This record gives sequence, structure tokens and C-alpha cells, in this order.
Amino acid sequence: MVFRVIAAAGTVVALATVGLMVYDSVITTAPVISTFGIWDFVTGLRWAPSFTIYGALPFIFGTLLTSVIALLIAVPVALGIALLVTEYLPPRIAGPVAVTVDLLAAIPSVVWGLWGLLVLVPFLRPIEHAIAASAGSVVPFLGPPTPGPSYFAAGVIVAFMIIPIVAAVTREVFAATPRLQREAVLALGGTSWDVVRRVVLPIGRAGFLAAIVLGLGRAIGETIAVTLVIGNAPRIGSSIFSPGFTLASVIANEFNEATEPLHAESLITLGVVLLVIAVLINGAGLLIRRRVTQVAGRGS
Amino acid sequence: MIIEDLPPSPAPVVPPPRPVAIAAAPVVAPGAAPVVRIGAVSAYYGPRRVIRDVDLDIPPNSITAIIGPSGSGKSTLLRCIDRMHEIIPGAHVEGSITYRGIDIYDPGVDPAAVRRTIGMVFQQPNPFPTMSIATNVIAAARFNGLVKGRSAEDALVEHCLRQAALWDEVKDKLHHSGSSLSGGQQQRLCIARALAMEPDVLLMDEPCSALDPVATQQVEELMLRLRERYTIVIVTHNMQQASRVSDRTAFFTMGTDRAGYLVEVDDTVKVFTNPREQLTEDYISGRFG
Repeated sequence: MVFRVIAAAGTVVALATVGLMVYDSVITTAPVISTFGIWDFVTGLRWAPSFTIYGALPFIFGTLLTSVIALLIAVPVALGIALLVTEYLPPRIAGPVAVTVDLLAAIPSVVWGLWGLLVLVPFLRPIEHAIAASAGSVVPFLGPPTPGPSYFAAGVIVAFMIIPIVAAVTREVFAATPRLQREAVLALGGTSWDVVRRVVLPIGRAGFLAAIVLGLGRAIGETIAVTLVIGNAPRIGSSIFSPGFTLASVIANEFNEATEPLHAESLITLGVVLLVIAVLINGAGLLIRRRVTQVAGRGS
Repeated sequence: MIIEDLPPSPAPVVPPPRPVAIAAAPVVAPGAAPVVRIGAVSAYYGPRRVIRDVDLDIPPNSITAIIGPSGSGKSTLLRCIDRMHEIIPGAHVEGSITYRGIDIYDPGVDPAAVRRTIGMVFQQPNPFPTMSIATNVIAAARFNGLVKGRSAEDALVEHCLRQAALWDEVKDKLHHSGSSLSGGQQQRLCIARALAMEPDVLLMDEPCSALDPVATQQVEELMLRLRERYTIVIVTHNMQQASRVSDRTAFFTMGTDRAGYLVEVDDTVKVFTNPREQLTEDYISGRFG
């Protein structure tokens, strides 16, 4: 009885806090929305606090682009790690490998950012330059210039940061494949690749998607590390090698000095936009997952 | 070259005798060369020995039942015969097992080739849940590149489902999920799936323990029919089942060292009416186990 009261109180406090935050943020957006209108704010291309012009699109673009780059890099790597650990490595080696990958998640965001700024960006520059010089002349979005800090650098850093969570969840999903299913493949003369292809991946599909959505959720909200390597340019870059900005990083970067009229309010509105994107992505993830689960589990 | 070590299907190599099946009558021709010879086999999980010094010959086109109490190593022995024991980390086998004269534990032999020739049906029906009935049947054939082309696959599906006495029940829903079937149908689907590899030997690990009596009877009738073409080894907890379907019965029990060993093996009628060993008699008369 006492426990139930405490648990209920805790739940109410937690929900009330979230509710209050959302309420407060949405109230703060009112002057911004009444000045620019929701649509014009969200699709506005220009962000110039000194002229009291606020448009969110460069940041929405930056958030989505860095997240997509991060996922394109992190998902295959995490999938490979998960398969290696659950299917291919002998248990004696698989354990330490899994722990090492998990430990990457313990590195603080700001450490990733500094490492990115001091090590990764200089390391990536010649690669970016080479890609821009070759593929960039054909594919418009891969063109020069390549100053270093960029959407691409931010995407790579975020990829490193989300690999542990995606790999860990995927690993658990794959490890939960019923032993009887694995043995069925082997007893039919299948190889370990057949086990992966016919059983582990099809059965684990829904869980793998959940891992990706989890990673995406973290990617869109990543702040400090991105701020340090993305170049902080409030416009839509012409190339993935251009400097840019994301919703989270512009809030972190400008909130301290937001003294212009409507500047702080606009940053909070960006926060609400970020919240909406996060909710949409997670909702879509849930829907996809439910669909995939239904297909995979039909009648089982 | 590794695959060539084992005949992919028995027919071209040694045409097995095809006696007329008369249920429950011994069909083992005296003196017929055994298909599988198990010699002084011990099996281990890490340092722990779970079966000890088993010598057992499996004659062709017969059903050999392995009976005995829990922990007597029946399933482990079965898994040694198709090299499934070794997939558990730390598990290994000592002694020799030959299949038609070939040492299946020879380093040059591919375990996958052994498992294609010696099929296995598990205790729990385990059709692949993400595949249709038809795809389940041809799964093994696809792993091993045995069939090419739509019509060849369709023909194989029908052939194997007919052999497994399941065709009439599923022919109108071949593209439904395998897990939409009843337990007994799923088990026959798993048998069809094993038959699609064209194995020579079929190992069945308590194939009816998860099934109701009607489904059990269907699977038993199926086994008696399959005996014409295949050599079958069945592990069973159910002594009535062993006496109903098998030609030979091997009785295992657990020794004081907690390792299973073979007490005796003989024609089923003899084991159940006039066993040589007191232990066997105690077990079949229900005094222990």
C-alpha cells in the first residue's frame, strides 16, 4: 500500500515535470509564432538574430542530414559487430569485444567532441578533399569546398556515439534467436551464414529496427559533440562537407548570448521543433516495428 | 572434394534393400551391413563425460529405438551421429562413428555433408517461422543448392509433403506460414523438410513427445512407411512407442559416474519379452526410470 502510494507519487511527479516543460516551452513559442507564423518559421531559410529574422529550416536540415549520415555509417558497423559477437567469434573473444563496444557508450559527449575536433576533423579532411575532387564533380551534394568542420564530420562523430547502443540492442536481439531454430538450419546441412540469413536476421528484424530507431533518437538530440565539429553555420550547406548547424547544437551554442529580441524565444521554439521530430520518429519506429512483428510473427 | 567424401544420396551408391513393410515385423535381414557403426563412443560437455563407451550398429532400412531414463545420454548419442553434438561450445566426441564405411569424424569430412546425409527431426517441431510451408520444405535444398528452378522446387515440395503424409492437408495453403499448422502437422512438415535433403538416415529425437495421441499415431505410421526407404533411429521416452514401431531396441541407462551407457541392444521383441539384463527388465516393467 505504502509502496503503491510512493510509486504513484513518483509517476505523477515525473509526468508533471515533463508536462510542465512541454507546456512552458510551448507557451514561450507564442510570440515567435505570432510574429512569423508556424509555417514561415519552420521553412524559413535565414537565421539572423541581429535583424530579428528567425527561420528554422537550416537547423532541421542539419539535424536530419547529420542523423542520416550517422545512421548510414553506424547501422552497418553495429550490425557487423552484433553478428560477429553472437554468431562468429568464439565466446572467449566475443565477451571482451562486446564489453569494449559497450564501454564506448561511457565516453562523455564533450570528450567525443574534442576528439572529433582535434583528431577526427584533421584526419577526415584529406578524405573529404579526395571525395569532393572525384565524386564531387558528378554528384552535386559531395562537392567542395572542404573546410573540415562539416555535416559529414558531425555525422561521423554521432555514428561513433550511437554504435554502442545500436550494437548492444541488436546483439541482445540476435542472441535471443531460439536455439532450436539455429539447430534446425545446421541439422539441414546449413552453414553459419545460412543460420544468419535464414533465421537470425528474419526473426530479429523487428528488434533490429527498434535498435535503429533508438540510435536515431540519440542522433537527432546529440548536442555538444556536434557543436564542436559541425562548424556552426546557420545556413543550408551546398555539400555534406559544408559547415552547418543542428537544432540541438544551435540551442547550446547561442542560448547564453541570446539578448536580441525574440532570440531566446526562437531557440526554445527550435527545441519544440526538435521535440516534435523526436516524437514523430519514435512514433514511426513503433508503427514499423509493430508491422514487422506482425508479419514475422504471423500465427507463431 | 569434401562433399564427395559422402554419397549425397544413397541410391546410386548402395541400393538399399527394399523389403515389403509389414508393420512391427522385423525386417532386418540378418547379416546386412550396418549403415552406421558406433564404436567405443564417449561424448563430453567440457570435462564431463555424458556417454561412455557405446558400441552400436544401426542396420539398414530398420527402425532402431533408443530408450532409457532421463540423463542416460540418448539424445546426446543421437546428436553424435550427425555431428550436432559438437556445435555446443566445449562439447566433443571420442571413439569412432562410421557411415557406410566412412569415418564421419575424419578431419577431411565436412560436418554439413554429414548432416545432409543423416537428417534430424527434433523433439519440438521447429519449422522456420518466417517461411511459408513450401519454403520450409525446400529450405535445406536451397542451403545446399540441390534444386534449381521453380518447377523443380514445386515438384520437390509436393514429393516431400506426400512422403510425409502432409500433402492433402496443406496443398491449398502452401504459402501460409509454417507456424500456422498444428503441432502434429508442424512435426510432419519438419520430417518433409528433412526428406527434401534426400538423406539416407533419419534421426528422430523424441519426435512425438510434444504431440497429442492422434498426431503421434500419424507420425508413427509415417515412420513405418519411411522405413522402406530410410534407416531410422528414434529416441523415445515412450516404451509403448518403441515396442510399436521399432525393429531393434537399445536400452541405455546412467552409470554411477553419471555417464550414460548402453545396457543392451537386440530385436525389439526380444528386449521387451526376454531381456538379457536385469536392468532392462526393471526398466521395461516400470520398476525404475
